[in-house]
Parts: sequence; structure tokens; C-alpha cells
Amino acid sequence: MITELEMGKAESELELGLGLSLGGGTASKIVKPGGGGAWGERGRLLTAKDFPSVGSKRAADSASHAGASPPRSSQVVGWPPIGSHRMNSLVNNQATKSAKEEEEDGKKKAKDDETKDVTKKVNGKVQVGFIKVNMDGVAIGRKVDLNAHSSYENLAQTLEDMFFRSSPGTIGLTGQFTKPLRLLDGSAEFVLTYEDKDGDWMLVGDVPWRMFITSVKRLRVMKTSEANGLAVRHQDPKERQRNKPV
Amino acid sequence: MDRRFPFKVLEHIFSFVDSNEDRNSVSLVCKSWFETERRTRKRVFVGNCYAVSPLKVARRFPKMRSLTLKGKPHFADYNLVPDGWGGYAWPWIEAMAARRPFLEEIRLKRMVVTDECLEKIAASFRDFKTLVLTSCEGFSTDGIAAIASTCRKLRDLELRECIVDDLGGDWLSYFPETSTSLVSIDFSCLDSEVKLSDLERLLSRSPNLKSLKLNRSVTLDVLESLLRRAPQLVELGTGSFSDELDPEEIAKLTKALSELKQLKSLSGLWDLLPEYIPLLYSLCPRLTSLNLSYATVMDLIEDKGLKTVALCCKELRELRVFPSGADLDETDVTLTEQGLVSVSEGCPKLESVLYFCVQFTNAALVSIAKNRPNFRCFRLCVMEPFAPDYRTQQPLDEGFKAIVERCKDLRRLSVSGLLTDKAFEYIGVHAKKLRMLSIAFAGDSDLMLHHLLSGCQSLKKLEIRDCPFGDTALLENAAKLETMRSLWMSSCFVSFGACKQLSQKMPRLNVEVIDEHPPKTRPDSSPVERIYIYRTVAGPRLDTPEFVWTIHKSPEVGVSRLSIR
Repeated sequence: MITELEMGKAESELELGLGLSLGGGTASKIVKPGGGGAWGERGRLLTAKDFPSVGSKRAADSASHAGASPPRSSQVVGWPPIGSHRMNSLVNNQATKSAKEEEEDGKKKAKDDETKDVTKKVNGKVQVGFIKVNMDGVAIGRKVDLNAHSSYENLAQTLEDMFFRSSPGTIGLTGQFTKPLRLLDGSAEFVLTYEDKDGDWMLVGDVPWRMFITSVKRLRVMKTSEANGLAVRHQDPKERQRNKPV
Repeated sequence: MDRRFPFKVLEHIFSFVDSNEDRNSVSLVCKSWFETERRTRKRVFVGNCYAVSPLKVARRFPKMRSLTLKGKPHFADYNLVPDGWGGYAWPWIEAMAARRPFLEEIRLKRMVVTDECLEKIAASFRDFKTLVLTSCEGFSTDGIAAIASTCRKLRDLELRECIVDDLGGDWLSYFPETSTSLVSIDFSCLDSEVKLSDLERLLSRSPNLKSLKLNRSVTLDVLESLLRRAPQLVELGTGSFSDELDPEEIAKLTKALSELKQLKSLSGLWDLLPEYIPLLYSLCPRLTSLNLSYATVMDLIEDKGLKTVALCCKELRELRVFPSGADLDETDVTLTEQGLVSVSEGCPKLESVLYFCVQFTNAALVSIAKNRPNFRCFRLCVMEPFAPDYRTQQPLDEGFKAIVERCKDLRRLSVSGLLTDKAFEYIGVHAKKLRMLSIAFAGDSDLMLHHLLSGCQSLKKLEIRDCPFGDTALLENAAKLETMRSLWMSSCFVSFGACKQLSQKMPRLNVEVIDEHPPKTRPDSSPVERIYIYRTVAGPRLDTPEFVWTIHKSPEVGVSRLSIR
């Protein structure tokens, strides 16, 4: 399934120097207010059924998505630009590898303690590092380095910059939201959620930061309307005040 | 002029002019030079098979011995060009078979080649020596068998990443027992098993064999036996590199590998197990080319591995590193920008790189540029579209600026990551020798295209996808397009009206729209999803499928689709 890249820019960023006229081709981009992005409106003329899928799909995808999540960047047509020969080779590798892993696990189950936790690397060190962030309605996921952050506010700010960037010359992934996102206090259109080691989706902000970074597997910026029913420990309103971004 | 330089003298002088670019210049000097040049040209290169008609080429170069053709746009490799687009080899083969029976070499890239074509080649060119098919499709192993069995003087048979209807490994047995002329053979893209005994015998009787590229089904345990029969190899593409070998087998293989004193290029290495890497160490000091496309086992090709390459392969000129499945899934990031920095530091002769990475930094690009100003081909694919410098969150403009500023001989560049118009201003200003540029998910406006088309003097091929520029820059720089081979644009903001204007303005360009619906039913302002523009002296092509529309030169007609198969 192809999703279009949804992109837009704040109107203030549009700049065509050199006096290039805009006459004639109206397709030169004028951002329409209201978000969504000009690209998303045009649509693709040829659809996914005209092409074989390029994206690699792991045969045993342990990281299953909770609900309809945006596709990975590898599911945009022709991206990453790897010829079909190598793509097939990679997919086969994955399938073989997963099959092999399962086979070996079956044999070694009694003896082997190692979990298949994604956050563990070969050397046995637990590495937090980069984790995936996806946002509802945005095709391309991003990555954020948890090691580079010291608190929830920090993290929320980075995510806001990432998805709702409004500085000139750069492009936000979604549109022209310029007001602070307030991802942490549940008052905005979006909330920040995360999947923990057990595969449960939780609201971010419940547990102390240090505990959070050892248990988080990935993040999702979710529409508040969809976040109902998410596992969340009861939070004291006073605590919420403290967690609010300054 | 003619009287002072008789034909024979000119001919002798021109025999020293090898490059086609030089020969093209020579042919423009005056009529007699044109005539002399055309009568003496042996190697003919046609970069776009639709730029000129086969008949014209056949007639112009009576002494032609070698023909190289390219068909589909490069982005066809990534599924951006639907099947059936075109690029048929048949009209060329047919024309040459009828008029140039002394043709010895045919090299085709991204073309549709049928078994019929291959049989025709085998039947028509009695001195046929070289067949190289790259990214071609449409034929089966039967066609290959025809070539193997009939071309008595065959030297090169190379199938590089073709899509072949693989009917089995028998084709290899069709090489006659008397054939001893083989210099290179590449069947790495085929799936089925060939008989080991056929292969062994072929190697034993081919003392001139320099290049051997096996397919994946050739297992590691038989590699030693093959290498023993071909110690003179300069290029080796192994088969699968993952079987369990016992210590004796490992010892034998190690010895066989170390006997390859002339080996310069290594590829294949399917499923390479980390424990087998030491086997390759003896080869490293002489390697000039390392292709790790298929050696993509999780955790293997990581920064550590590339550091080893940097230490061991001092002669390395070309490196290709592809992502492992893990990178595609974006789980563990073991290959970072540091890997490429290491290699650029350690390998002084490195001039061509293809590198996939999840993210990058400006600082790394600046280091790389400082280390290796001798890059001729720099293709970096940051796999996250719009990914900024992950440390500073800045666009990668400054990084690529360093690359184009320092690498004065840069011929080919692929950019990626978050890039603004500034990046393209830098490219336009500095990349004066750049011939081919690939761009995806970048830029902010028309300025981006304007910078490129007005700045890059040597630009011949430009391919762009998913970038937000529109009609203005395209129309303002229309004349530039006739100096280029081709321009591909997909998912940009170009309108149908602009395409029409462009086509009418530039009579020698074919402006082709790829669209499943007839564009003329849409208003001028509607965007066009896929456009392919190329210069041609052959007029609109006659073999377009139903989804390709050539914009007509005459405004009333609009679009045409002539299809005569």
C-alpha cells in the first residue's frame, strides 16, 4: 500500500527569489493554508497495483503495530533506491535469518537465556540509543536519540521540532502548526505514547525518566482521540503540572 | 584542407583518438573530418536508444565493431518505470545484423532483450566476441545457450543483474568442448544450479579467463576446486559463502584464495559468515574494487567491518555498501557515517563510492571531502527521507557543499537527506564536471532546479523524484535540456501546460509523460506525475505503450501516442 508523503510548509517560508514569475504553471507550489500539504492533495496517478512492492517486510515481524500505523520509509515506492535483485536478496536473507533464528531458538530453548529484545545488541550491552518515532498521519517515521535527552520536556521539544518544524528554510513533516505542541499534558490534539518491553502501549510521562528510557521500545505521536483506553497509571493533577513543558 | 591531409593520413591520426567524446568533437570540424571519422569509428556508444534511429547509426559507421546501447531511465531500477515502457533491443539487433555482420561486441543496459534477439546475434555475427547485458530483461537461459553454443569466438558473456527466465543450469553445458577463448563470464543473476563438472571443465580449458562471477547456488565447498583451475583471475564473484566447512576444507580454500595473485576485484559473497572473513584477508592488499552488495548479514557490515577494510585494502578504488535487512527495518544501527569516514581516511585511491546509511552528519561529509578530494563518483543514500544532520538537526547542505567544492573531478553524485535550495546552489556553483545527478526528497522551490540547470555546465543526466519545484525553472532553462541526454522528473510540481510549452519550444526534445490516463483530458494546470525528457534526432518514438504519451510539437494536437510494433 502506498501512502503519499504528506508535506507542507508554513507560508512564511515560501520564497522564489530572482524574480522568477509564477505565471502559467500554477503547479509551482503555493502552500494552501489548512495543512495537509500540497503534495497530499495531488495524489499519485499510478497506484501500487501497477508495481511490485519494493519495501522489505520481515517474515517474522515481532514489532507489530498497534492499530493502523504509518508505513515505514522502506514502503514508499522505489525507496530506498535498491535494485530488485538486491531487494530480493535482502528479503530472502531476512526470511532465512528469521527461520534460522527460530530453528536455533527451538533447539537452544532450554539452555539459552538470551531474550530477543530488540534493544539488546550483539555484545550483550543494553543500548538505548536511537528509537523509532512515528506520528499518526505522517508516512515517514523518524528516529530520536534518547541518550541525547535528559527529560521528558527535552524529548517533547525535540519531537515537536521534528514533526512541526517552523524555522525558515526547513520543512516540517506535517504542516504549519506553530503553536507549542504540548505533547505531555494531554490538552492538545496529539499525545505522546510509547511501546514498552512487554509490548504494551502507554502514555509517556508516567514513570521516572530513567525507568522510561530502559523500558521504551518505540514512540508514537498519537491523536488524542485514539489514545483513550491506553494503559496509564493514575496521575495526580499536581504531578501533571510539574510535567508540563515550560 | 583535403589536399593537404589525404584521407589515409587523417585516418591514421584518428586511429589514436579513442574516446567517443573526442571523436564526436572531431566529426564536427568539417565535412572531410566528419567523413573520415565516421568511416574509422569502431566503438559506437549510444547513451539513449531513442535519441537516434538504428538505421542511421548502422549507415554512419561502416567499420563498427562494438555497439553500446542504453534504454530505460535509471530510475527504472527502482520500479519507477512501469513494465512495457520500451527500450527494445530488437530493432537494433535487426538493423546491425542486416548491415554490419562484422559486429563483434554488443553491450546493452536496461533494455528488453528477447531470446529471439540472442538467437539473431548468434546467427548473424560470425566473429561475435562480447555480450554484456546489464539490468536487461525479456530473455531466458535458452537464449544464453544459443550464444554459448554458436559463437565460436566468444570471449565475454556477462549477465549483470538481469531478470532472466531461468529454465535451468543446462545452458553452461552448451559451450563446445573446443571453445577455449573465454575471458569473462558472469552469471551471478541466475538462480538455478549449474553442473559443477561443466563449470570445472570450462575453467580448465579457458586459460585466458580473467573474470569469473558465480551465482548464489555455487556453494562454498566447491569454490576451492574452481579457483584451483583459474588462479589467473583478476575479478572474482563468489557464490554463496555460508556453508559449514571442516578445517581441512577451510585450509584448502585459504590456500586457493591466496594463490589468486592477480585478483583485483571481489564481489558475490552471498550470506557471508563473519567467521569466514579472515579467509579473505590475503586478497585485501591488492583489491581495487569491493562490492559488498550481498554480503549483508546483520551485524557484519558495520563500522567495525569498514574500519578493517580501511586498514587492509589500501588499493581500494571502488566500494559499494548496501544496507542489511536490519537497516531497512531500522532496528539496530550498526552502520553509521563513521564507516565511510574510516574508509575515506584509510583508502587513498578511493574514487567511487555507493553508500547506504540510515542517517548522516555534515561533519562526516566535510571529513570525507577533506580526506578524499579525488572522488569521481559519490553516491550517498541516507535512507530516511528528509533526515537532517542527526547531531545538529541542520540540513545536509554544508556537507554536500564540502563534497562538491573539494572533489573537483566529481562526475556522478547522488544526494539525500534533508536539503534546501542552498545545497543546489552550491552544486550549481562548484560541480562543474558533474555529468549525472540523482535527487530525491529535497529542495524547497524552483530555485533548486534553476541552480542546477544554469550552473552545472557538464550536466548530462538529471533525475529527480519527490521535489517541490515547478514549471518556472524548467521553462526558463529549456535550452539547457538540449545539451543533456535526459531529464527524469517524478512526483514534482510540473504541470501539463508547462510540458506542452516545453515541447513546443524545443523541437528536438521528446517530452514524454507517463500516465495511465490520457493527459489531454486534463487542464493545463494539472500536475504530471512522471516525465521523461530527452534530446533526439529521431522524432517521437513509435513504440510507446498505452501509458506513455509524447507531447506533440504542434499545439493543436496536444499529445500523441504512436504505437507501431
